[in-house]
Amino acid sequence: MGEREFDATSFYQFLSEHKLMGSHCRSCGARHVPPRPLCPACYSQEMQWEELGGKGKLVAFTTIYIAPTAMIEAGYGRDNPYCTGIVQLDEGPAISAQILGVDPGRPEQVRIGTPLRVTFVERAEGEKRRTYLAFEP
Amino acid sequence: MTIRRLGRGVAVVGAGMSRFGAFPGKATRDLFVEAFQEMRASVDKGIDPRDIEAIYIGNYSSDLFEGQGHTAPIMADWVGLAPRPATRVEDACASSGVALRQGLIAVASGLYDVVLVGGIEKMTDLPTERVTDTLATAGDVLYEIPAGFTFPGFYAAMATAYMARCGATPESFMRVGLKNHDNGALNDKAQFGSTIRQVMDKKIATAKAKGRPVPAWADEMSFLHDDGANPVIAWPMRLFDCSPISDGAAAVLLVSEELARSFTDAPLYVVGSGQASDVALHNRAELTSLRAARLAAQQAYEMAGVSPADIKVAEVHDCFTIAEVIATEDLGFFAPGEGWKAAEAGQTARTGPRPINTSGGLKSKGHPVGASGAGQVIEIWKQLRGTAGPRQMPGNVDLGLTHNVGGTGQTCVVHIFERR
Repeated sequence: MGEREFDATSFYQFLSEHKLMGSHCRSCGARHVPPRPLCPACYSQEMQWEELGGKGKLVAFTTIYIAPTAMIEAGYGRDNPYCTGIVQLDEGPAISAQILGVDPGRPEQVRIGTPLRVTFVERAEGEKRRTYLAFEP
Repeated sequence: MTIRRLGRGVAVVGAGMSRFGAFPGKATRDLFVEAFQEMRASVDKGIDPRDIEAIYIGNYSSDLFEGQGHTAPIMADWVGLAPRPATRVEDACASSGVALRQGLIAVASGLYDVVLVGGIEKMTDLPTERVTDTLATAGDVLYEIPAGFTFPGFYAAMATAYMARCGATPESFMRVGLKNHDNGALNDKAQFGSTIRQVMDKKIATAKAKGRPVPAWADEMSFLHDDGANPVIAWPMRLFDCSPISDGAAAVLLVSEELARSFTDAPLYVVGSGQASDVALHNRAELTSLRAARLAAQQAYEMAGVSPADIKVAEVHDCFTIAEVIATEDLGFFAPGEGWKAAEAGQTARTGPRPINTSGGLKSKGHPVGASGAGQVIEIWKQLRGTAGPRQMPGNVDLGLTHNVGGTGQTCVVHIFERR
């Protein structure tokens, strides 16, 4: 899998294979999720793919009632809010993702620090079908 | 860090703005003409527009809001400044704060003596979901927006991190909105020129007139807790925690220090300027402070040779109420984690020891995103020159600060102004 470019196209290809992948700088050891072609820490381009374990914890979240078009098309909105947040992975990096398995109608019960594991959400059909990153307790 | 200094002194000698609000049928150029004309009228000894040598326009996304790109030459044309160089600056909601800095650098370099800085945005032509989509493009569309984040969502996420870390509650943020509506009620340019109490009274009067059940709110806080009157947008941010969707324009005239007194006996010298960038929100070491704002503030304080305690009045980027709390900490007015307590204690009120957003802030005055940074300068111009009318700060108001944020803090720009 070393042939894939360290870019968003590859990240989402991997996601469709239900793999959360980042790039690992061979020069300084920095981990990048999502992947990058150039290490901003040491300027090396000696990257290798690394599959993340998919475990982490919730560091920030919100439940959204006024949704963007893409989430409205997925069935969310005023009457069906969703939770999204930032998850810090056990390996160190953090990433934005939808948070499933919590009650968006009771945000005061969601706890920062909750342990989460990765899951994958498929939306739309045909050419528009795409896999989205999500986490759940 | 090296203390950066301007090549020569620069002063603000004129400043004006359109009303902020929803203006169907008006384009950004029409609003900019209003701002330009008020700016002209504000120059005490007059300005011949033909003496303006260049124009810098902050504009986030007329492309998506109005279907109009390449806006700077149009603004120059509409105020009679073609064929002078016209440059558009885009740094999301910090666009015109950064345009101000570009104009400042241009005059300080010696290239120009007289520069016009403007900010423009026309957001209300689109339905809410498309405004939400357009604002979201200021985030990372590859990695943040697919998670479902919206702009209220980003700041709401900062708010949940802040609450968990610092002990604030949703009520802490509501206090910021209450305060900014109190200030905006004294600003005839504000989109919401009314206090929360006045908003409640109006809703009660409407309910009575239409024979509907009359709401029984005990006080402002019970109104702000009412899911019907103050719905959740992105928890814990409710409607009255969010700046509105707005149209508006602002214009600021910058000249070299040598020329300043030929335009007015009361110029504002731009004594401090700082700007920094940052990574996507999820990539940051901390979520309860904006590193770029701290760095921009540090640069501006060092250039000006002043400390936070010296600042008499500050306009900060309260796109959401949590943002004002964080801003007051990043600017050094309160210790990290203490801003919410200061807000709850009324310290940031117009009559408090640390007045913040005497204009009403983006929350009440309105947030036409590309115009907001320049719009902040108009309040400092008025407060430092003693012309802020019913909201004028008492005493010797000689040092003012503006704090303008793009996106979730990927851009921050801070300026300090002095009346000598």
